[in-house]
Amino acid sequence: MRLYAIAIYLFLYSPIAIIVLFSFNAGRHASDFTGLSVKWYGKVLSNPFAMEALTTSLTVALASAIFASVFGTMAALGLQKVKGRVRVVYDAAIYVAIMIPGIVIGIATLIALVTAFKFLNPALQEFWPSWLGNVPKLNMGYTSLIGAHTMFTMALVIVIVRSRAAGMDRALIEASADLYATPWGTFWQITFPQIFPAILAGFLLSFTFSFDDFIIAFFVAGTETTLPIYVFSSIRRGVTPEINAIGTMVLLTSLALLVAAQFLLRYRDRQSSKINS
Amino acid sequence: MRVSSKDSVVSFQNVWKRYGEVIAASNLNLDVQSGEFLSFLGPSGCGKTTTLRMIAGFDQPSEGDVILKGKRVNGVPAFKRPVNMVFQHYALFPHLNVADNVAYGLKQRSPRPPSKEIESRVSESLELVQLAGYQNRRIWEMSGGQQQRVALARALINKPEVLLLDEPLAALDRKLRREMQIELQNLQRNVGITFILVTHDQEEALSMSDRVCIMREGEIIQVGSPRELYDNPLNRYIADFIGKSNFFDGVVQKSSANDLEIRLNNGAQIVAANSRQHNTYASAAPVTISIRPEQLMLSRRVSQLPDEKAIVINAAVRNRIFLGEHTEYLLYNEQFGEFLALSPRQNEIGEPPFEVNEDIHISWNQEATLVLNHD
Ligand SMILES: Nc1ncnc2c1ncn2[C@@H]1O[C@H](COP(=O)(O)OP(=O)(O)OP(=O)(O)O)[C@@H](O)[C@H]1O
Ligand SMILES: [Mg+2]
Repeated sequence: MRLYAIAIYLFLYSPIAIIVLFSFNAGRHASDFTGLSVKWYGKVLSNPFAMEALTTSLTVALASAIFASVFGTMAALGLQKVKGRVRVVYDAAIYVAIMIPGIVIGIATLIALVTAFKFLNPALQEFWPSWLGNVPKLNMGYTSLIGAHTMFTMALVIVIVRSRAAGMDRALIEASADLYATPWGTFWQITFPQIFPAILAGFLLSFTFSFDDFIIAFFVAGTETTLPIYVFSSIRRGVTPEINAIGTMVLLTSLALLVAAQFLLRYRDRQSSKINS
Repeated sequence: MRVSSKDSVVSFQNVWKRYGEVIAASNLNLDVQSGEFLSFLGPSGCGKTTTLRMIAGFDQPSEGDVILKGKRVNGVPAFKRPVNMVFQHYALFPHLNVADNVAYGLKQRSPRPPSKEIESRVSESLELVQLAGYQNRRIWEMSGGQQQRVALARALINKPEVLLLDEPLAALDRKLRREMQIELQNLQRNVGITFILVTHDQEEALSMSDRVCIMREGEIIQVGSPRELYDNPLNRYIADFIGKSNFFDGVVQKSSANDLEIRLNNGAQIVAANSRQHNTYASAAPVTISIRPEQLMLSRRVSQLPDEKAIVINAAVRNRIFLGEHTEYLLYNEQFGEFLALSPRQNEIGEPPFEVNEDIHISWNQEATLVLNHD
């Protein structure tokens, strides 16, 4: 039984371990390990294409995570007031959004955006007031990347924030109102501090998801290149230690963010359970 | 429309509250006097919390008016009402420390008082609840009793017209609850604020309040001082709820100016003084008579019993419980069944206590017999 478990873990993690190991390989080829070195990291960091892809990825991840956190939180709080059958429909829709395969979201977003642009661009041509300068043309690129990622990760934020908000004692809101706080005051002084760790966790998860995502990005990126797309296209020219170095860096960043998110979600639970006991 | 008296801080006028089919409050009429300590007492689900929440502004009446300081407040949200509440589980803000919890109400005021004033009022109210120096503690570092005090300080700092307390002591252990009862009572006298307390513990309601309002199934059945409720309960339900009593069912046979002649279902014929009764009863009305345990007189010999108008029966001692000041006897009579009697210590001086299985005499005055409606 133990052996079996060990075998499974080996199977799961050895490819990752090999990537990390070979990213430190001094030699060029995976076949021979000629000693430790960080030169590939240096090489990546001075590669303008990789850096541009990284910038794109970071921008998209940051923007979509911010949008997802803001709108996801608003949706989660709004949904709390919805009851009964309507609520069931919304809940189902959110879980479905999380479970739909990335490839479906990618294709669907692509088709939807292309169709929308087909109508919007001529409309913009017609109605764009001339004093605003040149008529902009809606295109695949940053906007579509951010839009698609926001849509998907918003569902994650909704689920996380809502479970936190549902676990919050309703009496706290009433106590705040009882102590003369307006609804707006209650939100900023009580609700927001209570759900903030969940929002932050949702933000980190969204960021990680967007940063790592290849499938959706591949469909809607247009002419832009995100880091995963860059890696994918470089791999076709053979796996280099440079790719391993990128992989290792992405892995470590993602892990760090996930651990941070997990910690935030746990931290609040501990605090509130301390009060109840 | 009924005009409420000038002194009343809170008044309910024909207030109803419905939740779908459920009637949580039905036709409530009540005036709460300024500065009094009033308790709502009743079994679980009888609408106590609902009534309190309508004063606080968390719930609005379906019908009727809630009046605060002479102003109709239907539809006025909680944050605009000059009342404060102590919640059952305290509802302290976990992300704020003790001082910030207590200062919360003051900080919402506009204009906001200067921080020096806030600080001094926080320490003042912490002193009031005997928590001086606890300003910087986290909430979860406080014991249950201390959290209770913080909740009190947080409400009292605002000097509300009315302080609402929803079963504030239910979560405390017995000893601490007793201490807090006394403390709450003293606090209320010192600050002079009207207290409205909800409880289902009759001992708590009777020992703390100036007046008790007894509720059942959404209705107010009787309002009165603890003594009034004990001596003059409106019906059997209240007599049973407030203290212990011996009950016997019967039918009124003759009603005269002074006396009520009642034939009990067990065949006994008794006379009760009419002056004592709350209601008037016609002949043939089904009633219950109630005799409080401490009003039964016990004796070995009939000649020792005082009053010539007393009713006297034989009984055997079934059980004896020594309670210090009093001794509680469980007695049995063939016709009446069981009696509970409470005998004060001084009655036993010179006469050794009755033994189990001893045959003795029970008697009670006509004035002690309370005639009650069934419900
Ligand atoms: N929000 C609500 N929705 C539906 N029914 C409610 C609601 N609040 C209270 N009720 C019902 O109204 C009735 C009175 O409830 P309430 O909470 O006032 O009772 P209570 O006297 O405070 O009881 P307890 O001693 O158990 O706290 C109950 O039957 C309850 O089920
Ligand atoms: Mg209640």
